[in-house]
Parts: sequence; C-alpha cells; structure tokens
Amino acid sequence: MSDMTCKLLIIGAGPGGYVCGIRAGQLGIDTIIVDEQKPGGTCLNVGCIPSKALIHAAEEFHKLSHFNGSSPLGITLASPQIDLSATIDWKNGIVARLNAGVAGLLKKSGVRLIAGKATFQDGKTVKVTTGDTSVQIRAEQVVIATGSAPVELPFLPFGGKVIGSSEALALRAVPDRLCVVGGGYIGLEIGTAFAKLGARVTVVEAAERILPQYDSALTRPVLKSLQALGIEVMLATKAKGLGDKGLKVETAEGSEREIAADKVLVTVGRRPRSDSANIASLGLATDGPFLRVDDRCRTSMQGVFAVGDVTGEPMLAHRAMAQGEMVAEIIAGHKRSWDKRCIPAVCFTDPEIVTCGLSPDEAKAQGGAVTTGQFPFAANGRAMTMEAEDGFVRVVARKEDGLILGLQAVGRGVSELSAAFSIAIEMGARIDDIGAVIHAHPTQSEGLQEACLAALGHALHI
Amino acid sequence: MGIFTITLPDIGEGIAEAELTEWSVAVGDEVQEEDVLGTVMTDKAAVEVPSTVSGKVVWLCGEPGDVVAIGAKFIQIEVEGEGNGSAEPEATAPKAATGDKDEDKADTSEAAAPAPEKSAEKPAPKSDAKSDAKPDAKSGAKPQPSQAARPAAAHRPLAAGEKPLASPAVRRRAEEAGIDLRRVGGSGPAGRILHEDLDAYIEHGPPTARQSGRMPALGTRDVKVVGMRRRIAEKMALSKSRIPHITIVEEVDVTAVEELRGQLNTVHAASRGKLTLLPFVMRAIVMAVREQPEMNALYDDEGGVVRQYDGVHIGIATQTPAGLTVPVARHTEARSVWDCAAEVVRLAEAAREGKASREELSGSTITITSLGPLGAIATTPIINHPEVAIVGINKMAVRPLWDGKEFQPRKVMNISCSFDHRVIDGWDAAVFVQKLKSLLETPALMFVED
Repeated sequence: MSDMTCKLLIIGAGPGGYVCGIRAGQLGIDTIIVDEQKPGGTCLNVGCIPSKALIHAAEEFHKLSHFNGSSPLGITLASPQIDLSATIDWKNGIVARLNAGVAGLLKKSGVRLIAGKATFQDGKTVKVTTGDTSVQIRAEQVVIATGSAPVELPFLPFGGKVIGSSEALALRAVPDRLCVVGGGYIGLEIGTAFAKLGARVTVVEAAERILPQYDSALTRPVLKSLQALGIEVMLATKAKGLGDKGLKVETAEGSEREIAADKVLVTVGRRPRSDSANIASLGLATDGPFLRVDDRCRTSMQGVFAVGDVTGEPMLAHRAMAQGEMVAEIIAGHKRSWDKRCIPAVCFTDPEIVTCGLSPDEAKAQGGAVTTGQFPFAANGRAMTMEAEDGFVRVVARKEDGLILGLQAVGRGVSELSAAFSIAIEMGARIDDIGAVIHAHPTQSEGLQEACLAALGHALHI
Repeated sequence: MGIFTITLPDIGEGIAEAELTEWSVAVGDEVQEEDVLGTVMTDKAAVEVPSTVSGKVVWLCGEPGDVVAIGAKFIQIEVEGEGNGSAEPEATAPKAATGDKDEDKADTSEAAAPAPEKSAEKPAPKSDAKSDAKPDAKSGAKPQPSQAARPAAAHRPLAAGEKPLASPAVRRRAEEAGIDLRRVGGSGPAGRILHEDLDAYIEHGPPTARQSGRMPALGTRDVKVVGMRRRIAEKMALSKSRIPHITIVEEVDVTAVEELRGQLNTVHAASRGKLTLLPFVMRAIVMAVREQPEMNALYDDEGGVVRQYDGVHIGIATQTPAGLTVPVARHTEARSVWDCAAEVVRLAEAAREGKASREELSGSTITITSLGPLGAIATTPIINHPEVAIVGINKMAVRPLWDGKEFQPRKVMNISCSFDHRVIDGWDAAVFVQKLKSLLETPALMFVED
C-alpha cells in the first residue's frame, strides 16, 4: 500500500465535493478527491440531470402524441413512436459528457481525482481501495461529501420489480403499468414522465396530499395536471408490500387493494450517507441522521468539514455546491461563513413549482405582519401563447417596509424564474424595487413584477 | 363654506412673538370651538391656543420650532357659512426662525392624515380579451391600500437571530474586513446596507477601536432645541455672556440648624408640614439682604440702573420633565419658615406638572439653586438674568471639623454663590456669603427681630 499526502482530501465527487475541489484547485490548494463512481454524484449520474433528460424526452413525445387532430394549434401528425432504449442512450451520452466535463474541470484546477472506495482510518487518514489495490492518503484537512441514498422500505426491498429512482432512470422499455410509492417531487417527476411516455401510472401517497412541503395553492395545478394525464393519485393510502400482480395497499377507507404493476418505483425520501466510508468511527456530532456542522461547515472534529446532503435538509445540489465553494475558500484562509438568505427549490413536475424564501404561512409564523401579491398566468400573454395558463406567481413581503421574504410560482417553465427569485431575496429587494424594474414583454417573468405590484395594491394587468 | 383664519392672540407680557411648540391638530382634522389647536411658548410658560370656531383644519402656519409673530395668521379652518377673509394661506410662517422652511410642509401635513383607500376600486382590465380570458382569476389578489403597503424608510431594529439586510457582495466584503454588519447602519431601502454604508464605516472606524474588537458607534441624531429647552438655552447664554460672574464657595457648619430643624419637625411636622433646609436658607437670605439690599436687585444694564427691591422674591431653580424652570416664592420677607416651605412645595409641584402660571414663573429678585443630594462639593451657579446674585446649595455631609482641641464630626454643607461683578464687588460678595454662613451656623440669629 502506497502513501499519499495532500493538504485537502475530499470524500465524494458530487456537487458538494467536486465544486469544493475545483475552487480549492483554483486557490492553489493541493487537493485529492475520491469517489467510487464517476464524478458528478447522484445529481449528475442518477438524479437531476438524467431525470431532466427523461422529463424532456417524455414531454417532447407527449407533445407529439397530442398532435393527433385535437391540438388547437392546428398541427396533426401520424402517431409517434418512442424507443426508450435510444432515449436512455442519449441521456447516458449527456451524463457521460458531463462526467468528462467535471473530470476535466478538476484536472484543469490541478485536483487529483481517484476512483475508489474511501475508508477513514482516523480523522486525517483515509484508505482508498480500487479493485485490488489500495492507497493511504493523509491530509491536513478533510471534507466529507458523501451525499445521500434513496430510502428503502423494509417491506419493499429494491430488486425484481421494485426499483428506486436510479433504476427508473435507466429503464430501457416503458413499463405498461408503473406504480409509484411516494408523492414527493422525485416520484411525481418520474411518474409524470412515464405517464407521458405511455405508461399507466398510479401514485400511492400516505399523506393527505401530494408534495406535502408545498402549500395547497401551489400543488393544486399539479394535481389537476396529473389527473389530466390519467395518473391515478391515491392519497392517504399505505403501501403494504408486493402481491402477485403488483402492489398491495391499504386505501384511505381502510380496505385492502392490489394495484397491478410491472414496476413499483419507491421514492419515499433520501437518507444521508453518513454511515459510509467508516465515518462513524470518527465519532462526529450528529443531528439525527445528519452530520452536525456549523456556519462554516465544520464538524465537531478539527480540520474535518462536511458539505451537501450528508449535512441535512434541504438536500439540494445547489446547496451542496455553495457549501463546497465556501469550504474551499475557508481552507484557503478566506473569511467565509454561511450567510445565505434563501435556497431556491424547484419541482420539475408539470407544471413546475419553484419556491424561494418563506411561504406566506412560514412568514406569518415568524410573527411579523406580511403582505402577499399573486398574479395568475391566465392573465399573462406569453403564457397564453404557450398554452400554459395554469399557475401563478406569488410574492410574500414584510408589511412594514415591503421587504421580499419569499417568492413562489407554479406554471410551465417557471423553474427559470428561480434566478430572479433568489436574486431578489438575496439582494434585499422590496416589492417596489421589483415593481419598478422593467420586465420584458411578452414573457412569463412579467408575472413576478405583477405579483409585486399586486402586493402594492396596483397590479396593472388584472 | 368659508375659510376662517385664526391669528396668534396676544398672550400678554408685552411679547411680540412666540415659539410654536406643538400642534394639537393636523390638516384635515375636524375641530370644535374651544378645542386646543396648538401650544406656543413665551419666555416663561407654554400657552395653549384654543379655536374660536368649529370646522375643518385646512392650513397650519408652520411646524414646531417656528417662531410666530403675535397677530400673524396661525391656522385656517373651513367653516359653515362665510369665513373671515381670504382662502389663500400664506406660503410660509410670518417669521421662520429655523430658516429652511420649504414648500413641502403643507404636503407633509396632508400626508400625515389618513390616506384614502385607493385600492378599494378594482383597476379596470387592460383589454376585454384579457378580462375574458380570466373569468375566475383572483381579482386583485389581496389589494392593499397603497399607502399602507408603501415601504417605509425607517430603520427597524433587528430581531434576535435576524440577519442584517445587505447584498451578497456587501456581506462578503464585511466578512473579509471583519465587520459585523449588525453594527453598520443601512441607508438603503428597508434599511439595506449599501457599499457606501460599508465604505463610511470602514473610513470612520478608528483603528484603535477596531483593534479592541469593539466597533465604534458612528450614528448621530439631531435633536431640535425647541420650546422650554430653547428658552433655557437662550437664557443661559444671555446670563453667561452678559454677566461677568464671580463665584464664592464657603463651608457652612449646619449642625445647629439641622438640630433645630429636627426639633421643629418633631413638634410641628404633623400640623405645619415638614421643614427642609431650604426654608432656613431662604430665611438667611432675607436677613442678609436686609443689610445688603444691593444683592436683592435687578440690573438693567442698558438703562444703567440697579433696581433694589424691598420685597424678597426668591426664585427656586427647579428641575421639571420639560427642563429647568424657576418658580418664584414672593415676599419671603413676610413668610415664616413653614410658610416658605409650603410655598416651595406648592410651586415645585406646579412647575413639574407644567401648571405654573406666568406670574408664578416671573418676578424673582434673587435665586436659590440646589441639586439636592446630587449637589457635589461646589458648583458655579449661573445668575438668573437680570438678577445680580444667586445662592447655590451643595450636598451636606458629615465631616471632621477642628474645634481648637480635636476634630468633631459636624454636618457640613458648602454654599456656592455667584454675583454680577459689574455691580457687586468681591468684598461685598464675601461679606454677603459670611453673613449667610453665620446665620446658618447660629440659627437663633435668624429669628431675632431687632
């Protein structure tokens, strides 16, 4: 076993780890990054990117499927076909390009990328095993960026027809019947994509409503769309286990039922991988299943940092990236701390949901008086021309001085509003600031300005 | 409907102008006859100006701090029937002592009135097509009165755990400079901390203070000197600039007078009220000025006359919530110590409650100033212009005094007396102080009538 040393060792090349590596390299820190998989982590390999590729392909197919003489646009096509295997190859091509891109960026920054399984020997020493060979790496500083993994249900272990999101994104044929356990954003994104590809989809959710982290005003257009796609949404329904034909469930009324399914996709959440790489041996302080970190992402051990999903909610790639960048700069000796006002979150359902900052209820719970403004896409010219009139933009502001506390939207393509939302909040904008900014016409982003004007009491187009 | 103009009435004392200290009404308010419109301050007292008509206030002559001439237009009220003159208000107060009066003041008053509920009316849709396209669109979401939703510029204190409002670049600069943004005032909208605020903070923060880890406080507040405080300021400046002061501090053994006071209180407190040391000092002054009438006088330096008074009208400098004021115990030469004590208590209460009349606040011929238990070892009292003498009482303490054989613990109180050196020579001043000392040290002398 050979020995290596470096100033900074990063365990995990996902969004938190690789961004930390790139920035550390830029700052001239001698850095090694270790991952068993190709760089990019869950997000790039089996999460964000593949799912968005599949969602896009499904959307295109769905669109063509509806040019069957019923389209108000006057377009008619012969019945389209999809070769999902080819779609998956295309998706894999994108992933591979991005894998290579990340590896290239790391190399350009002078970071050594080692493929292998890491195991902590002590707080500053890690053994990395690749096949039959292993190397011991000793570092001055260590960043744990081991991410998260899908939660498995004990009565529905992965295998056979029970799959997780990673497998779902690699299916080479559209299942005839897909049963999705879990009505969170991952299950709904993938379920919607497969419904658009022609599968008969059933969503089984134990809670009273889908997407429980959002308020019902935001999820209502999504539920409507799921139903329009023919997806059966069973709320207050518990999965009980596999049956002969598919999934056995207990319905809201308390009766047993078996849902026929070729595949059962379990998306009931993700757990931090704080048990991997022998992290437990370090005895780091934890918050529940997560590693506890301070506002500089320092763990309870000197010189050991943690970033990304392993440190807690929200488990979002862009949160991990921001943490990774910050930690690299801290290690380089810069004064940095986590000072963000908001982390935007996007749900790529149809229509999409984007949220940033506080919801009206959260803002009220903080005690101050709030004012809200909402603008419906039904009154937006661009939305009409895109057949995307469902949804709205909503602003939540402090009543006292109009400071924007939160922004939410639901509608076609609203994920792209996330930048405007987070900039508004992070810059400390008030509703009259946004109301006074010229928004290009005709765009859906006018809804942001109009929501702010509505909060001021004088929306122009409603 | 007509406009009724109320002018600032003659409030006596032969004064030509008064300072506006407070409005009791705003433009748009309905007032009834006899309602108080505002308060003006004369040299001595605050005077409320009542309305002589009922109606709606449409114009105010200025804002607190402005000086208004007697007889000038004070307020205009819209009344039923005809008014008493032109509806055109004067653009500014007849005499604006503060100088920078601008045209917006009338608007400011209007803005202070409740804003109309503009948003009660639903804005008309821009086009029919759009309104058709959204039959069930929420009508105006939650319309807010635009006035209520208009963001205010005022700074708000940060709640516990709340982050200061600043753009990411400002936050980064502050972190790198080791500056806690909670200590930097934000001049931007909603109190947002701008790059300029940070620049100012970095520039003005003294390095020594920063090295200590404590941030210098750089905020300033302009407190307008108006009303009573302005009167006091003017009076003090007048006294100090016109009168060359000579101050004598003398030590007085008040053990005997304290014993006497204790005995009198034991016997008479219930029926005659409790005595403090102050009535004895008043008594001593009455006795002293009998021999030195030049001390009980007003000096008209322009007329070249010192007017000596037979009556001894002692001003008692009194701290009130509004500031220092000097109610006057008249004719103390005709009062017993209990009478003096009662009068001092009555005047002090009236002054503190702002109820002292102009008569009670004027006409003194000599003044006593006392800081009571806070009174220090010595003070340098400023003469109450145009008087020529003032007696300052300092804190009493038990001190060792040499009786020729040994030190004795005695109750000792210093008195600090200032005199107008233009008309009082040092010798005479010293004689006066010695007289006070001997009277207070041998209190029986105060009650021996020749």
